[in-house]
Amino acid sequence: MTAAIGRSLVLLSLFAAVAGSVVAFGGAAYRNTAAQRWARRLLALYSASIIAANLLMVWALLRPDFSVGYVAAVGSRSVPKWVAIVSLWSSLEGSILFWGLVLAVYLAIAAWTQRASQSDYMPWAIGVWLSTAAFFSLLLSGPAQPFTTVPLPPSDGPGPNALLQNHLLMAIHPPFLYAGYVGMTIPFGLAAAALLAGRFGPGLQRTLRTWLLVPWMFLTIAIVLGGWWAYEVLGWGGYWAWDPVENASLLPWLTATAALHSALLVERRAVLKGWAVTLVMASFLLTILGTFMTRSGVFNSVHSFTQSPIGPTILAFLALATVFSVLLLAMRIDTLAPEGQLEPGFTRDTLLLLGNLLLVLFAFTVLVGTVFPLIVDALWHRQMSVGRPYFDHMVAPLGVALLLLKGLGPALPWRRPNRERLLRTLGWPLVTAGLAFGTAWAAGSRSPWALLVAFFAGYAVHVALREIWLPIGQRLRVLRLHHALAEAQRTGRRRMAAHVIHLGAIVIVVGVAISSTMTVSKEVALASGESFALGRYTLTFVGAEVRSEGHRDAVVARVDVAQGGRHLASLTPRMNYYASQQTPIGTPAVRSTLFEDLYLSLLSVDPARQTIGLRALVNPMVSWIWAGMILMAIGAIALLLPARRTLPPAGAGGVA
Amino acid sequence: MNTDHDPFAAPPATTRRRNRWLAIGAITAALAAILGFLLAGVGKNLVYYWGPTELRAAGDRAIGATIRLGGQVVPGSVRHTGGVSGIEFDVADRKGARVHVKATGVAPQMFREGIGVVVEGTLARAGYFEGQRLMVSHGNEYRAPHDRDDVDVRKLIESTQGLDDKKAR
Repeated sequence: MTAAIGRSLVLLSLFAAVAGSVVAFGGAAYRNTAAQRWARRLLALYSASIIAANLLMVWALLRPDFSVGYVAAVGSRSVPKWVAIVSLWSSLEGSILFWGLVLAVYLAIAAWTQRASQSDYMPWAIGVWLSTAAFFSLLLSGPAQPFTTVPLPPSDGPGPNALLQNHLLMAIHPPFLYAGYVGMTIPFGLAAAALLAGRFGPGLQRTLRTWLLVPWMFLTIAIVLGGWWAYEVLGWGGYWAWDPVENASLLPWLTATAALHSALLVERRAVLKGWAVTLVMASFLLTILGTFMTRSGVFNSVHSFTQSPIGPTILAFLALATVFSVLLLAMRIDTLAPEGQLEPGFTRDTLLLLGNLLLVLFAFTVLVGTVFPLIVDALWHRQMSVGRPYFDHMVAPLGVALLLLKGLGPALPWRRPNRERLLRTLGWPLVTAGLAFGTAWAAGSRSPWALLVAFFAGYAVHVALREIWLPIGQRLRVLRLHHALAEAQRTGRRRMAAHVIHLGAIVIVVGVAISSTMTVSKEVALASGESFALGRYTLTFVGAEVRSEGHRDAVVARVDVAQGGRHLASLTPRMNYYASQQTPIGTPAVRSTLFEDLYLSLLSVDPARQTIGLRALVNPMVSWIWAGMILMAIGAIALLLPARRTLPPAGAGGVA
Repeated sequence: MNTDHDPFAAPPATTRRRNRWLAIGAITAALAAILGFLLAGVGKNLVYYWGPTELRAAGDRAIGATIRLGGQVVPGSVRHTGGVSGIEFDVADRKGARVHVKATGVAPQMFREGIGVVVEGTLARAGYFEGQRLMVSHGNEYRAPHDRDDVDVRKLIESTQGLDDKKAR
């Protein structure tokens, strides 16, 4: 019964999306306002039915109702409530249903905030959005149907993949990732609408920038959370392995970052409109490529992904969306003619352009390394992967160059500067850069890349802080502190927020550079009572015990950490045993401080003989990466908060 | 950097078409050059997924190359050397090919005779396989595919409890 209701809701959403997109395109092409109103109603129907289908599935998972196919596959009576809810996106069919939920929420909000808009682009955008929605509803009603009926429901199910039950971050990371991935649909629709309507005016630019920033922020958080999860759960001691799954989330982030920066030039100079639109569309296509790579099982084997119809269906949609985008760009990009021009020479414009090219090159580099094994396997039946050194060596110079631009670009004025002023604005940050370099050197860093990163990061931090302080400092000459802060917040918030994001990104880059070049690691076998030294620490294995924790059993080892004879902490790396899986899942223990992490991960444990195999690492500055993410998120939220205006906005209502 | 004119300003309509073709040509050439450079980098950093048979077939090419060797730990071949960290064993596939592996580090929890393993490392000049990372298959027994096809090392790697195995995400 539940399954039948679920199937009906999915079919209803498919109908609403297909009908809505047809009506929206028709209404846009023939400027029929009645049709445009109907398109909005169908959009609301789509959102409502998909949201209802998701609620139904969550309810079925919580009961649990094993007559629903998906629940029988991933549900269990013995898992905690949060695991039951998380199961919604723990497996393929559910994750596509969840994808629909995120899209439904995005569409509802996007349509609601633009409800008063009489603009020419909205009907086009709704048409494109609902076409995408129709595809995912199609996937849900056929190849990836979560609401299949189980004729003889089992009395209990296996529960979700044990690796996903093992850490709370798995409840948090996927929703952020989906909010980032799915959200790219909104700017894609707006960009396509700009081409279809043949106009990319200030109103649409503002809307597009906001709706690009939202998924970009979620994607930023998701990428770092994914690394954090890997670090806290997988136990190999790192957070990033250039795994295809990780690359899939990085690719659209890189192009979206480029798009956000090119939007500055579109806004300031009314140039590069076509380029910005192209980047937005590419970001969306890369999210679909990422979905294909992570959801079709193509990386398990190129030759078996066709066994399930999901892979080919996503691939067909990717091909369709790519052809649509390329044709649209080829036919309509001339309508977005530049109205101004770039300020040539050594200016902010030039560096923004250069940064854009570097980001695209970065994305291209990662893309080549990610899809190369797929192509080789498909054409020559050879199995291989591209090793880490490719990514590390190719990407490091690009990352460092981008960091340099991050310092130089904002230091330059928008207009062509005079020489004296240029020397002053560019000179002072060199002091901070030197300090950062000296600190890194004194801390023992000898890697040329890490030292270069320290130098450029110091420079960029100085510039970013100066940019944040500038609007406050100027007002302090005439106002008291709190008035100056309020005033600066009101008029200069966008600039300040953007530089907070920069600060966060710099902190992340520093954390990555130092942690990837200065890690110390050791693998040892220990009997109870034995000690070994790692860096400044002395680690003693005290003992291991077996614990029973309801839905799982665990073997917990206790390792005492001392420094110079003083007891610092007791860490408890462990192995968790889940009923659904024979292989235990190790969970590392991490002791984080501001400047370094002590990371212990069990390789093997024998509670009977009281012996363990232990991997121990000292990872410097890893926590800076997580802190940088928080800074970036704060900056992005500040950028998104609606500005209080003192003047009526230019072109309000009709254009926006 | 050309500072004399702005490439994005609209030129007169007559030169526009010619400029466009020039631009497309230049971009294509640049893309080809970049792609060539990247592919050269890819070629130098490949990780081969091989079974013992492919490893043997590769001959000297395997020496120094990064390889993920997949197969079954031959029962009776496991020797713990050097006390704490150091282990030797043979890896075999169904076609009967065998490779002797010397691995450093601590063996993972599930490691035992007869289990499917993936060892990342390279072939040493002396003819044995030098393992740096040892991963164990999730299933109890690795069932190598039958002789007609290659050992599906990729599948085996998929099923390993691994250092960077996060496909489950």
